[in-house]
Amino acid sequence: MAGIPHDHYEPQSGGARWLYRRLPIVGLMHSTLTAPTPRNLNWMWIWGIVLTFCLVLQIITGIVLAMHYTPQVDMAFASIEHIMRNVNGGHMIRYIHMNGASLFFVAVYLHIFRGLYYGSYKAPREVTWIIGMLIYLLMMATAFMGYVLPWGQMSFWGATVITGLFGAIPGVGPTLQTWLLGGPAVDNATLNRFFSLHYLLPFIIAGLVAVHIWAFHTTGNNNPTGVEVRRTSKEEAERDTLPFWPYFVIKDLFALAVILAVFFAVVGFMPNYLGHPDNYVEANPLSTPAHIVPEWYFLPFYAILRAFTADVWVVIAANWLSFGIIDAKFFGVLAMFGAIAVMALAPWLDTSSVRSGRFRPMFKWWFALLCVDFVVLMWVGAMPAEEPYATISLIASAYWFGYFIVILPLLGVIEKPLAQPATIEDDFKAHYPSAGSVTGYGSATPAE
Amino acid sequence: MTTFKTPLIAALAALGLTANMAVAEADVHIEDVAFAHEGPFGTYDQMQLQRGLQVYTELCSACHGLEYVPIRTLSDEGGPMLPEDQVRQYATDFPIYDEDSNRQYYDVEKGEFRLLTPADTFPAHHLAAAPDLSLMAKKRAGFHGPYGTGISQLINGMGGPEYIHAILTGYDDPPACAPEDFTGYYNKHFPNGGIPDECKDEEGHPTIEGSWIAMPPPISDDIVGYADGTVATTDQISMDVSAFLMWTAEPKLDARKEAGFIGVFMLSILSVLLYLTNKKLWANTKGRKDS
Repeated sequence: MAGIPHDHYEPQSGGARWLYRRLPIVGLMHSTLTAPTPRNLNWMWIWGIVLTFCLVLQIITGIVLAMHYTPQVDMAFASIEHIMRNVNGGHMIRYIHMNGASLFFVAVYLHIFRGLYYGSYKAPREVTWIIGMLIYLLMMATAFMGYVLPWGQMSFWGATVITGLFGAIPGVGPTLQTWLLGGPAVDNATLNRFFSLHYLLPFIIAGLVAVHIWAFHTTGNNNPTGVEVRRTSKEEAERDTLPFWPYFVIKDLFALAVILAVFFAVVGFMPNYLGHPDNYVEANPLSTPAHIVPEWYFLPFYAILRAFTADVWVVIAANWLSFGIIDAKFFGVLAMFGAIAVMALAPWLDTSSVRSGRFRPMFKWWFALLCVDFVVLMWVGAMPAEEPYATISLIASAYWFGYFIVILPLLGVIEKPLAQPATIEDDFKAHYPSAGSVTGYGSATPAE
Repeated sequence: MTTFKTPLIAALAALGLTANMAVAEADVHIEDVAFAHEGPFGTYDQMQLQRGLQVYTELCSACHGLEYVPIRTLSDEGGPMLPEDQVRQYATDFPIYDEDSNRQYYDVEKGEFRLLTPADTFPAHHLAAAPDLSLMAKKRAGFHGPYGTGISQLINGMGGPEYIHAILTGYDDPPACAPEDFTGYYNKHFPNGGIPDECKDEEGHPTIEGSWIAMPPPISDDIVGYADGTVATTDQISMDVSAFLMWTAEPKLDARKEAGFIGVFMLSILSVLLYLTNKKLWANTKGRKDS
């Protein structure tokens, strides 16, 4: 494997050699733990561990919940109350699972925006980025279907609205929607398949996570300078990096412990804070809630979905050019999925030769504006569809697309980047002037 | 700060803190009540839950069910904590008012409804205008502030029991705009009821607070007699039953907060230990920052 030069696992005993020839699993664990990791990684590089933890947490709590949950329209809501009242520790397991989804999305958004700022998506890490986007899409699908399972009012009406998006596709839409729902409306068949898929998808995510990690272990981690680890010799590589264990494992675990302390405060003292009170009302197909709001983590894309109403000129143009096939509803659906698609295409839309935003004076400001834009979209996504929110969401949606389609390609041409450090070692030493030349590999043990 | 209308949202709210917004038809003000169970350190007042249970049993249960609440939980820790023999007696004495909604308690061989046991849930009631009360304190959130962030619920709770208290004490003389024969009872805190056209402006927005509710005023002074000597004012009775209904909605609240404290405490210690480990681990590679 042409990666960063480093020591490989050599089986020491006869038994280890026997196993190594048949299954090099110890070698795999060894190379994962000793992976040379840029020594200048900052605190924005902790989210990967947090995300892995969230996945495991959600799978374990989810499996226990599934032992007590009943995916049947007349019993689902009551079975949740059974978990909350009769199952030992059931109320904590459910609240952890509920809020675990929110922690998962907090972490994934910070992880994605870290990648966008430090250019982690750029060559040679495009595949890592694309797999990450696939994981994000599956996370959204899983979270959406999970929210339907308690069979409350928001579950039911959220499912009705979101599956309605597929009905907006010209021609096959209504057929597709019926096929997805298993009937003409959200009902028992829908609840059953959502439960089945909600159980399945996390394991597909776990598989993709393994590929995601494999991909960036092949290319090596990006780092805040965006400068690659030297691969010319093992000695030089070791001056740019530190082994993943123990340096980054301990650092990440520290960050995880702090984040979990906050998480447990939310679970313990305000577990329904991020939920919607209406979801404690059992689903009723005959009574539409006054205000259907998706979970907070869907709000930015929900805002983009709603932004393109029939009176917006691009919608009118698209409608005219497509001979009426693309109406406002379908345009909104295209915009919502397009908003994620343009993000996935960032590796090819960004023309700058400089990877890290740290050395891109103009990019920095546009990126900061993108972060604000994301927050604004989240805010208007929770607002009723009326003025001034309609205009704000249209402007904010336009910036989202503008950033990826116009600004990123142009900046690479017109921007004069700042000087980058020659090596990661230089950057690290500039930060810690008294840093020793400890490589952290082999005999070098941690302090004392 | 605690209005029930769509609140102004600060940009901060958009950081994922906006999920609790609800739009009500009528503009209603929900007054905060300092319940014992609020805030990170709050636990249920056992005596208040027992009084609330009495109010529910004597007044509310004639029309409203508690179909998700097992009767045995009345003796649970963090609840009214009735002695077990009292709970058994309570279950046996509890009448089934709505026979159609409780067929599972019907004994076919004897041809009559069997007596309830602590293992059963409270009977259900499916009268159209009398919703089940098991989760009422969680499906109505009275507070959304400040600025719609809802963050005040860490201190004040979600406002569910406050909402119930506000309804129970919100009966008033109907406003002058209403016709004499309008159906229901005027309640200045009820957001979702009927409003006569005479009390709306040209755009259909109500010009009054509250709306008309189907439930007649259920509470008056001394309508129950408390054994513990508490003076049974309307306000007191209403607060007691509101606290009780918070317990029926969230029976594990005390245990949950305890788990929260243990979790935060253990993780804080772990954080400190990991911080020190990490600092020492990196000391050689980073050198001393001050030298």
